[in-house]
Amino acid sequence: MASIGKIARRTFLFGAVAVAGGAAFGAWYVSRPLANPLRPGAGETAMNAFVVIGEDGVTLVAPRAEMGQGVQTTWAALLAEELDVAWEDVRVIHGPPATAYYNTVLGKEAVAGSGYDTSALAHNFGELVGKAGRFFDLQVTGGSTSMKDGYERLRITGAATREALKQVAARRLGIAVPQLTTENGQVIAADGRALPYAALAAAAGGIETPEIVLRPRSEWKYLGTSLPRIDMVAKCTGTAEFAIDVRLEGMRFAAVRRAPHRGGMHDFDSRAAERMPGVEKIVDLGDGIAVIATNTWLAQRAADAVEIRWQGASGYPSTTEAMFEAMAEAFDGEVDSTLRDDGQTDTVNGYLEVSAEYRVPFVAHAPMEPMTAAALIDAEGLKIWAGSQAPLFAARACAEAAGVSDDRVQFTTTYMGGAFGRRGELDFAVIATRIARAVPGTPVQVTWSREEDMTHDFYRPGAIARLRGGIAGGKAVMFDAQVSAPSVTRQVMRRWMGTAPSRPDGIIVEGLADQPYRIPNYRVRGYAADIQPPLGYWRSVGHSHNGFFHESFIDEMANAAGADPLDFRMRLTREEWEPAYGVLEAVREMSDWDGARPEGTGRGVALCYSYGTPVAVVLEVADREGRVALTRAWVAADPGVALDPRNIEAQLTGGLAFGLSAAIGEEITFARGIVQQRNFPDYEPLRITAMPEVSVRLLERQARIGGIGEVAVPPAAPALANALFDLTGERLRTLPLRHRVDFVT
Amino acid sequence: MAHTLTVNGTSHQVDLPAEVPLLWVLRDALNLTGTKYGCGVAACGACTVQIGGEAVRSCQVALADVWDEVTTIEGLGTPEALHRLQQAWIDHQVAQCGYCQSGQIMQAAALLAQVPSPTDAEIDDAMAGNLCRCGTYPRIRAAIRAAAQTQEG
Ligand code: FES
Ligand code: FES
Repeated sequence: MASIGKIARRTFLFGAVAVAGGAAFGAWYVSRPLANPLRPGAGETAMNAFVVIGEDGVTLVAPRAEMGQGVQTTWAALLAEELDVAWEDVRVIHGPPATAYYNTVLGKEAVAGSGYDTSALAHNFGELVGKAGRFFDLQVTGGSTSMKDGYERLRITGAATREALKQVAARRLGIAVPQLTTENGQVIAADGRALPYAALAAAAGGIETPEIVLRPRSEWKYLGTSLPRIDMVAKCTGTAEFAIDVRLEGMRFAAVRRAPHRGGMHDFDSRAAERMPGVEKIVDLGDGIAVIATNTWLAQRAADAVEIRWQGASGYPSTTEAMFEAMAEAFDGEVDSTLRDDGQTDTVNGYLEVSAEYRVPFVAHAPMEPMTAAALIDAEGLKIWAGSQAPLFAARACAEAAGVSDDRVQFTTTYMGGAFGRRGELDFAVIATRIARAVPGTPVQVTWSREEDMTHDFYRPGAIARLRGGIAGGKAVMFDAQVSAPSVTRQVMRRWMGTAPSRPDGIIVEGLADQPYRIPNYRVRGYAADIQPPLGYWRSVGHSHNGFFHESFIDEMANAAGADPLDFRMRLTREEWEPAYGVLEAVREMSDWDGARPEGTGRGVALCYSYGTPVAVVLEVADREGRVALTRAWVAADPGVALDPRNIEAQLTGGLAFGLSAAIGEEITFARGIVQQRNFPDYEPLRITAMPEVSVRLLERQARIGGIGEVAVPPAAPALANALFDLTGERLRTLPLRHRVDFVT
Repeated sequence: MAHTLTVNGTSHQVDLPAEVPLLWVLRDALNLTGTKYGCGVAACGACTVQIGGEAVRSCQVALADVWDEVTTIEGLGTPEALHRLQQAWIDHQVAQCGYCQSGQIMQAAALLAQVPSPTDAEIDDAMAGNLCRCGTYPRIRAAIRAAAQTQEG
């Protein structure tokens, strides 16, 4: 069986090594064929960068991070659909970091631009990678791009592989290609003779395949149906290997403690810690220390016992209040972006004007598996095991930290115990590398304590919105949004590529300028507060706050207009974009919006368009003796093509939960530059007791395939705030809502 | 000093200080990595195992204090011989990232052992200490209900 250890051995990360058929099957390439990173073992053939055929079966490479979204199952299905291999028999691996696996959507869409669908995230990538010539380094799982990215590319790869195998079979059997069919990993002739793919693969390299015609949907076997996830059994039996679970011969376990204010370290005294049981080594990290021990807990305890004098400033304002002041001041400074400016927005002649200010706090990713990675430095170079959303960037950064050349890094991407954007950062893999460097020849597993994870995150920034709306004839006729936040993009790009994009940062206002509402006078401006607290991409990024701003405010406008909030939205979308109208219509019916409402309940609706997919949510809340319970939710989404309906339902439900969790309870605050929340008791995510029952409906009316992993996050908070308004008559404009509402938890 | 511990029916001699939490004995000394670390302070449930059939947070039990036989997710069932709760979890495709699910399943198994057909409120109560950052809660509820029925039937 092709395992990552075998086929990626001595892989040249960035070298140009031709492999059987590499170029011939590269039908997806943008401007040049990329080196195939797979180095198969004896008896195996790497047909291309995604398919390895060996004596014992077919291995599909799904080089996107499996962080819970089911991407590897659906990517494998996209390959299997055209390749004609039995779903039950294929093996799926993540594969090595490699340029062949770059994210075509983040790269291409960015450069080309594509109307309704161009995300600010993609735009920023495009600008930078184009400039830096690092187009192909974007092996990034994020931006809800995986299905858009893989939808055609993988089916074409599967089909091209199949056709090449048929040509070899045709020669061997002396039969014309059209007389051959394929099924269950075999080429079959009309007379019943069958040749297994394994017998043909080695001869298939370099064969020119004819034009590929992809099968119509009516012939799909796997796509469009709900497949059992390939990782499910392992994840229900404790046998799935996360980075924290990597165990190697002679392995040691390490804990870290780094400057809580993100400044520097003056000195430390580790004499007491060194004498503690199990402790083998204290490592000076410059901005903190690591303890290597025989057990993670012994390492954690000793790390806490090291006496450290910190020094230096944080490099950002020391309190949350000061940061929000900087954001408020930024409104008076230069405009960072004006993404839309239609009609007349300065004056509101004859309109009914509504205006409001909204705020969201900083929030943490807090994936259930804290940051962790395992590393080993020996004569062969660096081996690293980490759950990374950006393995090429991470592998390079680790090579540098290890002091070895890129081609001596073997990077294994493990399952991720949640990521939500956090695992796109490089720090945890680099720190593991630096610790491993202190004990050459010994593998080290580095696990951050929850406290270390929470206080050293890269947070979704706080943001302030100033919104104005105009109403005439019961309709919205003017919308003018200004949002101020510090720039996430500039920080992440600097960490990934060593260079930051020029202005503007469209992320600050993403999800405001492109909502599918027809409003004639429309302006969206962004302001970049010039502060540098540690920031990163957080599930749905700018949409996570702008969805709340926009959809709460649309509700305010509906209320001012005296309109039903769902009617109000349906009128605005009807002429603009039918799929958006469609999801609203769906939740209207699902929730029996027009039916009788139980006493003591409230309902809110929200519609958000993000990553190419419109999502509508209706949420119901109920008064429980003065406390508020979230009782039911109805979600309708239109991703164009629902490749795996049951998995999409899981993602929409999970996204909703993630958004509700932040809306209700999550908040990161700073004092003296130090994050005040250290563990779940101070940073309480949504529990089962607060989770509503959720019904999901999928529509397929829009022409293009949209994203799924993030799209239910943005409408969660506004649907809840709007439901609370319906219940209490009070409009809540600041998150988290628990400061004002006593929720059933 | 060596401590004797029975995990999943197998007796182990563990040479670690008495105060090391069971979680880290399982994970780092016995290589039973199915039991997860999430918080270390009894707030997430990722480390849930059973001691003498009772669901406990293994991050809170010192090695020297383990009072009975320990069952971890690896001992509950295996891919070849699934426990009916694991089967229900697979039937309902519960896991997303999967990191919390060992703890969820161990907690649910203890619930069903005590309350064979729990009400929805009893399910929520029993599972309230187990966080899932991926939001798989509705499917957790559905899988527990389904497993309770197969148990009855
Ligand atoms: S690790 Fe034990 S409850 Fe979180
Ligand atoms: S499945 Fe990811 S934390 Fe529960």
